Amino acid sequence: MSRKQDILTLPHDELEAKQLQGVKETIVACYENVPFYKQLFDEAGFDPYKVESLADLKDAPFTTKQDLRDNYPYKLFAVPMSEVKEIHMSSGTMGVATVGGYTQKDLETWGECFARGIIYANGDQNDIVHVCYGYGLFTGGLGAHYGGLWMDSTVIPMSAGNTERQIKVLKEMGSTILCCTPSYAMHIADTALEMGLDPAKDFHLRAGIHGAEPFSDNFRADLEKKLNYKVLDVYGLTETMGPGVAIECWEQDGLHLAEDHFYAEIIDPETGEVLPDGEWGELVLTTVDREASPVVRYRTRDITRIIPGQCACGRTHRRIDRLHGRTDDMLIIRGVNVFPSQIEDVMKTVPELSSWYQVELSTVDHLDRVTLKVELEPDYQFDEIAAIERLQKDVESKLKSALSVGLKVKIVEPKSIPRSEGKAKRVVDLREGVK
Amino acid sequence: MIEQITVFLENSEGRLAAMCRTLADAGVNMSALSIADTADFGVVRIIADNPRKAVEALTGNDYRAAITNVAAIAVPNEPGGLARLLETLDSLKLNIEYGYCFSLQGDAAVDVLKFRSADAASEAADTLEEAGFRLLSQEDLA
Repeated sequence: MSRKQDILTLPHDELEAKQLQGVKETIVACYENVPFYKQLFDEAGFDPYKVESLADLKDAPFTTKQDLRDNYPYKLFAVPMSEVKEIHMSSGTMGVATVGGYTQKDLETWGECFARGIIYANGDQNDIVHVCYGYGLFTGGLGAHYGGLWMDSTVIPMSAGNTERQIKVLKEMGSTILCCTPSYAMHIADTALEMGLDPAKDFHLRAGIHGAEPFSDNFRADLEKKLNYKVLDVYGLTETMGPGVAIECWEQDGLHLAEDHFYAEIIDPETGEVLPDGEWGELVLTTVDREASPVVRYRTRDITRIIPGQCACGRTHRRIDRLHGRTDDMLIIRGVNVFPSQIEDVMKTVPELSSWYQVELSTVDHLDRVTLKVELEPDYQFDEIAAIERLQKDVESKLKSALSVGLKVKIVEPKSIPRSEGKAKRVVDLREGVK
Repeated sequence: MIEQITVFLENSEGRLAAMCRTLADAGVNMSALSIADTADFGVVRIIADNPRKAVEALTGNDYRAAITNVAAIAVPNEPGGLARLLETLDSLKLNIEYGYCFSLQGDAAVDVLKFRSADAASEAADTLEEAGFRLLSQEDLA
């Protein structure tokens, strides 16, 4: 039996009443159970017992990714370890990962949130949900998995990789909903075409729930044509749960926030002021009922806006617009978070390389391609081609193991990395559809 | 041994022409130029009348340029000239990194060889001279 979700059409004032109740409980639980929040609130002069409206939350201090790192691994957990059933971690180099814990109830909430993607795809227990997000610490795989289980659908836990096998399953086992990154969906489609199949006819997909990286409208149209299905964008982050914080409905007109579980604000990233609906700014999230890893006013660094007005689908949960980039220098490459400082850390271990580099992001066959252009140290002996190629390969393999994503290394001539005011432009983003 | 100019160039339009112009403006006269290239970059090797001046001019114009010591051997300008040279070296089992030939006016061609180490280069030089080849100096090429 698939479950009903009357909550999705609850009048917004009733939804807000639920949010207020949950937010009040969250900030009190944080204050009383997590020393970090006690100190944070006290230092900011914020009294968690005096919040009477959702608007009052604007007086609470923000939480940042750095705060989460500083409290690695378990210091932000608000329940005893015996109640934590599962752990996930955001991608990032060892030691700087951010950790999220889930109680049994948190896992159910997560499943419910992701399951809304299946509901928005007009799906039910008869769907076969093909999950090829990576399984493991990354929240993509298990988040989609729990969503499928919550919906009482059939889940095929493929995990990522082995594309030919994905294609065989998609063709022969009747998968109707595909969950993976949009670029991997495109890779599957293109590989199927190369194999002489017509995935629009040979597959049985109705919908794809694709997220973890930005994609353009053109990309979506191309994907929908190749796979003959509808693509729904899903948003989430490990720091607040994982995928399912917001998902597009069939209207494809913004992503419905799971407002019964998250309270969203849009702020001016410079001043921290809360912005009215419709204005672009940074998304800030407070969990409404998260038990193990609640967060208060977490700065996502993602730029979006609340879309004013109600969705044509009739659901009352407010929508965020598709993401418009980030307020920090984090790059999202094939779904993996990469900071330029991580690249610098690797480069420092290779004496042949100078500190002049530039990361160039481009789109090749719909997949992100990242090229690290780097200048050599002035005294490097470059007479032998094979030695330069060995150096390139060596740096590529070091980057791959540090970042979990492959970069192409290109040695360039001296001073070809542009210098402006003594500081290089570190990132050039030429990807399609990334603003 | 003679001095070769080695230049690192990106594999992009106009780079080689620009580099040659820089050398021309510095009054450097080239007698040989060879390019080893990959998809991304190339290494250009040049024999010229004034390698030090050439490197100075290139470096001053933001090129990666350096002097590399290579062996230059006179080879009779006739069928089998190079074959005999390489066969002589073959017996030594030395690792040659790269090589190229060029011909100046006259009855001898020049074969340039880069050995992996200075020791290998001098061992090769001894063997070649015993076999009757003439190793050239910078002055021979001027």
